[in-house]
Amino acid sequence: MNVMKRPPYRGGTTTKTAYLGLFMALAILMGYVEAIIPIQMPMPGMKLGLPNLVIASILYLYSWKEAVIISSLRVIVIGFLFGNMFSIAYGLPGAVISLLVMAILKRTDIFGIVGVSAAGGTAHNMAQTAVAFFIVKGFPVVWYLPVLMIAGLIAGTLIGLADALIIPRINPLTHLK
Amino acid sequence: MRLLRKTDILLIAILAVIPVCMLAFNMLSAMNHTETKLVIVKDGEIYGTYRLTEDRIIEIGATNTCEIRDGEVKMTHADCPDQICVHSVPINRYGGTIVCLPNRIILSIEGAEDTKDTDTPDAVAR
Repeated sequence: MNVMKRPPYRGGTTTKTAYLGLFMALAILMGYVEAIIPIQMPMPGMKLGLPNLVIASILYLYSWKEAVIISSLRVIVIGFLFGNMFSIAYGLPGAVISLLVMAILKRTDIFGIVGVSAAGGTAHNMAQTAVAFFIVKGFPVVWYLPVLMIAGLIAGTLIGLADALIIPRINPLTHLK
Repeated sequence: MRLLRKTDILLIAILAVIPVCMLAFNMLSAMNHTETKLVIVKDGEIYGTYRLTEDRIIEIGATNTCEIRDGEVKMTHADCPDQICVHSVPINRYGGTIVCLPNRIILSIEGAEDTKDTDTPDAVAR
């Protein structure tokens, strides 16, 4: 039944606005935490993506529309605060495409949040590699793509596992299978 | 709620197998190249090719500087804000790459068999 697919009622517009603002702040904070981690990754694009903890939560607590908006905004805000124009140029397509992949996989209802998040992480890094390929002529895709896919897969799986534990606790009303 | 569904594990396994196969293919092709050279590409065009056997410092335009030392290549200077290429691991074997995305510069180590066979002056560092 279609009604059952809808996210559970969670207050009116004001409540929703307040909560989404809170989630937004949390995502930016996660971006800050990630920016101060001193470990230097051997390849650009390799990171845990802590803000995605929040983004994937929004996808499950609300819908993909809210998640896309918050995700795009946090890439821009985090980019201006802790990154640069390049992190926005590479981060935005990655964020949007990974969210669309996650939204579609979630809708099929075949996979749980761990699978959805793992695919989202992989899609994110594939999208970033594609952007690099278009911006930098001769970008060595054959070497970067597999390594970044594995990195995205690991990061996405970890984020998904964490979210599978977090979401039922922050909202007991959410019915996750 | 279940933490992990069976389909999740299947999906993760499939997503892992694809890049691992690609990596294995790359490794196999790398084994066929023992003679190597450094190729610098800037804005999609070859800026220069260099032998790894002689140590030298190469200025790439006004923005970047890279160094060949003991058969290893690393970016020593970049004027971009993120400095990712400068922090990249030095490269020394076939397939190794350092990319400066903001300045659109690619350092890559490629097979040098062609230059060896034809013995063209191109093999001499420009």
